[in-house]
Amino acid sequence: MFSTQQSCWFIRKVICWRAAASIAWAVLLLPPVTAVFVILSRFSLLHPIHTISECFSLLTSAGAIFSLILLCGVILMVGFLNLEYYTVIPTIACSKIALLGQLLHPRQFVNSSAHCIMGIIVAWCCAVTIGGRYETIGYPCTHSDGSTHMCLNEYHLILLLAGAFVGFSHSLLGVIHNMNFVSFHTVQQYKYLRFKGSLPLVVKCSATQALYSVRNYVVVYFFLGYIPKAWICKTLNLHLNSSIHPLDSIAGLLDLSLLYHLWISATFLLFTWYITLLLFRIFVTEVYNFPVQSSFTEEAHQCLPKVLTDKEPMILKFLALQDLALLSQHSPSRRCEVFSLSQPGGHPHNWNAISRECLSLLADLTQRLVAYHDTVATNGRAKSLSTGSERKTSSETSVTSGTEDLMSPRPTLMMKTPASVFARSIVGGPQSPLTAPFTPDLDSPFASPSLRRLTAPVEQCSPWHGTVQSPHVMRRVPKLWSTSTDSQANGSPPPSPASVASPQQQTSKPSLLAQFLQNRKEQVKHFLAKRVLIMYLFNKLPEASSQALFADSQAHIWALEGISYLIQASFSEDQFGVVQTALPSILSCMLVLQEAVDRHFKLPHASSKPLRSASSMGDPTYKTLRFALRATLKTAIYRITTTFGDHLNAVQMSAEHRKRLQQFVEYKD
Amino acid sequence: MCSLALFPAPLPDGQTTLCESNNELLSGSDGHDEVVFFLQELSPLSLFFPRESLKLHSRTESSSRAAFLDHSETLWMRSAAAWRDSGLTGLLTEITNSHTEVPKCLSVSSGCTLALLQWVSSFHGSLFPHLTLSSEDMIAEFSQVLNWSDCVVRAFAWHPHTDKFAVALLDDSIKIYNPKSATTPTLKHRLQRSVAAVQWKPLCASALAVACQNCVLVWHVDPCSLSTRPSSGCAQVLSHPGHSPVTSIAWSPSGSLLASASPMDTAVMVWDVAAESCVPLQRVGGGGVTFLSWSPDGSHVLAPTPSALFRVWETRMWTCERWPCVKGRCQSGCWSPDGSRLLFTVQGETVIYALTFTDSILYTPSVTGFHISYFFCVDLSSSVGGEIQSLAWDPRGERLAVLLKGDPQAADRPAIIAVFKTRTNPVFELLPCGFVQGEADAEPRLMQFHPSFQHGALLTVCWSSGRITHVPFYFLSAGVPHFGLSGSPLLPRPQERCSALANQSLFTEMIS
Repeated sequence: MFSTQQSCWFIRKVICWRAAASIAWAVLLLPPVTAVFVILSRFSLLHPIHTISECFSLLTSAGAIFSLILLCGVILMVGFLNLEYYTVIPTIACSKIALLGQLLHPRQFVNSSAHCIMGIIVAWCCAVTIGGRYETIGYPCTHSDGSTHMCLNEYHLILLLAGAFVGFSHSLLGVIHNMNFVSFHTVQQYKYLRFKGSLPLVVKCSATQALYSVRNYVVVYFFLGYIPKAWICKTLNLHLNSSIHPLDSIAGLLDLSLLYHLWISATFLLFTWYITLLLFRIFVTEVYNFPVQSSFTEEAHQCLPKVLTDKEPMILKFLALQDLALLSQHSPSRRCEVFSLSQPGGHPHNWNAISRECLSLLADLTQRLVAYHDTVATNGRAKSLSTGSERKTSSETSVTSGTEDLMSPRPTLMMKTPASVFARSIVGGPQSPLTAPFTPDLDSPFASPSLRRLTAPVEQCSPWHGTVQSPHVMRRVPKLWSTSTDSQANGSPPPSPASVASPQQQTSKPSLLAQFLQNRKEQVKHFLAKRVLIMYLFNKLPEASSQALFADSQAHIWALEGISYLIQASFSEDQFGVVQTALPSILSCMLVLQEAVDRHFKLPHASSKPLRSASSMGDPTYKTLRFALRATLKTAIYRITTTFGDHLNAVQMSAEHRKRLQQFVEYKD
Repeated sequence: MCSLALFPAPLPDGQTTLCESNNELLSGSDGHDEVVFFLQELSPLSLFFPRESLKLHSRTESSSRAAFLDHSETLWMRSAAAWRDSGLTGLLTEITNSHTEVPKCLSVSSGCTLALLQWVSSFHGSLFPHLTLSSEDMIAEFSQVLNWSDCVVRAFAWHPHTDKFAVALLDDSIKIYNPKSATTPTLKHRLQRSVAAVQWKPLCASALAVACQNCVLVWHVDPCSLSTRPSSGCAQVLSHPGHSPVTSIAWSPSGSLLASASPMDTAVMVWDVAAESCVPLQRVGGGGVTFLSWSPDGSHVLAPTPSALFRVWETRMWTCERWPCVKGRCQSGCWSPDGSRLLFTVQGETVIYALTFTDSILYTPSVTGFHISYFFCVDLSSSVGGEIQSLAWDPRGERLAVLLKGDPQAADRPAIIAVFKTRTNPVFELLPCGFVQGEADAEPRLMQFHPSFQHGALLTVCWSSGRITHVPFYFLSAGVPHFGLSGSPLLPRPQERCSALANQSLFTEMIS
């Protein structure tokens, strides 16, 4: 995976350097944090001056410097893991079993064991710096018969194991809370100010998380502490001192000083890791300025229109879209480059590439929503998978009647459009009901690269393109796919799935064998559905499928913002009228998406707000992306309607879209 | 440096200002037939809320406790309740008061801690005196509304794009009026108390933000819905610990962000409303933020503090510039439509200051500083009015309304609205226009310009009597192209311009 990423210039030149800078800052912050930890861990109220002088002498000792070097190594490792595991699209488990699958994934196993080992190392450093009874693992003790042995120092052991436990639980919680998800902020701030603003939150998070982890650890150690103790004694040939209390007892664990040291060590460990993570997030999400056009051909692949169309890596696409949203909002000079014509030739290549990419993103989301809506009946249950043709029609009519009250005659039309047939043919295809919970939904962001397009952008004059524009398809196109005849002239429209879908329609004729297998599957499913544990594991989490559907919606939000601000600016800045030609397709694309989003929000659980988690380093923004998308979409349409006002009457569009748009013009939506 | 002495004299008592036409302010008694036709158009928008019609809260929540029988709870229950109600101080007070039940050392130590806390807070309060006010008093002190606690209409907001508006009343309800619809939704919510400000979200038909005592509510009122009482499920609650009372809110003109301010909190909260998450913009000094005003081009936010200091935030990278005032805190401010000029007033002075910003919209990530080129003032001290309560600039930048507080001691100096004609291009100019007056014994409390009035500017004034009236200013806008001239027969013809008034310029910017 890493090797494929290496090939991209952006990862090599930008992301790696950003990660390196963040790690460097984390390493630089380590000494002061360690100093605070030393002071807090050794502080005694009775001799404050004495403690501080002692701390200073400790910090300059060789042992402290050695442990500082070890800690630096740990930070480097954490930073590297951050870089390796980060994602801009969160992985959302749609059922308990999927979450379990994520936790048991080999990749995750590597991550967990790495965190365990690093936890032990940090805990060893903590034990050395706290000193006193924690310092060494063995100490000489005299047996009752007078002979001296090396005995096991259980205080040292309990601290080391606490480190391992906290590291392990950090890694597990990272999966559950999607801690590797890097979100982009709507409010741009300088890195230092953002860091300063998030610091109190990090302190609070690490302190509370350490408290919970230590509580769990103490319980685990109370019950299972004898196992590692016996094992260590055996391997290191140490003895247990029977004259002192064992720590895995109630009396041994109710030692306030021990609990305090466990907690402060866990806090220190989590704080250093969280700081590294925070710095990584801040550095990686920093705005990057892509040139809109370059006069040198060797830099052409780094320009915004080219970069936007790249599928991999995702971070590049996200940063490009963020830059597009910002430039369209704030930078008249760069907007001017977007609206400019090529020299020679006089083609608006920049605008065409940008608008085409944005539209294909939006069309992709629309398609995903429509497909999802088709698979889910209006009552929120998965529709029974039917293969028989007569059952198919009956389910079709039932869905139609279910949605009739929500929509005008559109749904009936839409059911017959190729896209919905396409979606159903996937459903009836290889996906078995039992594997369904593993994958969020048929068109999930993980099943395929989420921003996938069905085909690469086609050449304008390709014969394939010509077939799509045949009058047969064209008649249906305005209903779902916002292509129009004039958009062919100024840039190819987002590729329609219609032509891909139609051949599959004929091939999905059910055979008798398939029907038999289907029935068997249904029987097995019914049998399993009665078992409580299975149901618990396989039941879909209510909101999760909706969240998974919108997992990458930050890209769509930027696309909407970017394109709507560009259109707003074009009213006064677009000298050659390059935007006007694309306006009908953009408007209809947005309106279709608006309709799909509206329909989605009428599904149960889609509009329920997630609970706000109190304090966790995991970024919960992905849970509310669908609300953000809905708000941005409406604002984008309003931005266009308020800018153009009555001029929109001159824009060609279907009567139904015009009616819909009129509601926006009158501020009635 | 000129003053209100150049203004035409205020009308005698009992005459109300109707409108401006042909560069003159017409009063009620004059009887202008051609004006009356147009004013009838506005009459359905005029409202009257008699004080008696409102059902007020007879007692606050804390005093209602006295009405119930006292029953003994365990110490744990009481402590938990005290912690929930009023935090650490409540808990400590509870422990200190119930010294018979707790160990002596605990009650003594909590008493000592409480004393220490009080000492610290009184020290903090001596630095920032406003922190000792109760939250109601604080809203009244810093609100843009004159005499807020006694106001029937506590807040008013026009929708930025249509002819509807929201009115917050003394009984903590909000009513939404739309001349095109028969239903007037009434918004009530458990948390909607002491409404200090309301504002509609730009580029949206339904979202209304409300600054309440403990939180910011964002209502989603479907304009097509026939319901007159939207449920509280339609409201999003945005709250942050320590961020109360909220005295001011401001939507960004692009509708993407909402900023809220509280005099108790030194941070300005910038909310991403859809995600219900906020970014605190923390800066040391000032002791809080009293008022927010987003410039119409979205590039700057004015954020005055309770002390003699105000900040101007730049919204590209959210850095700020500090502006210390000489005399008092910044009371009010408003932006010119292009966002290049900021007018503001300082408490204790009868002067309008202006700041001019240049290079405010260039997007250069490395340079986000902004250059202020100018600083000037208009002195308004005269025989009329008093200190300045609030400023409002019409969306075309041609009329500036100034609400003057008046002098409570002197009976002949009531609160009054002075209106200036302004011009921003090519040089900034202020010319006198006149005073806007209401019925006898009615004081203006709150004013706002209609954001998209066709024929000039429309000033909405809420009076102390509970009446809301609209004063149109009919004029031909210099900067805006005119589409349908036939629709506005009252437009002043240039040759009829009253030259005597026009030449009395109050202020003209010098081009340097």
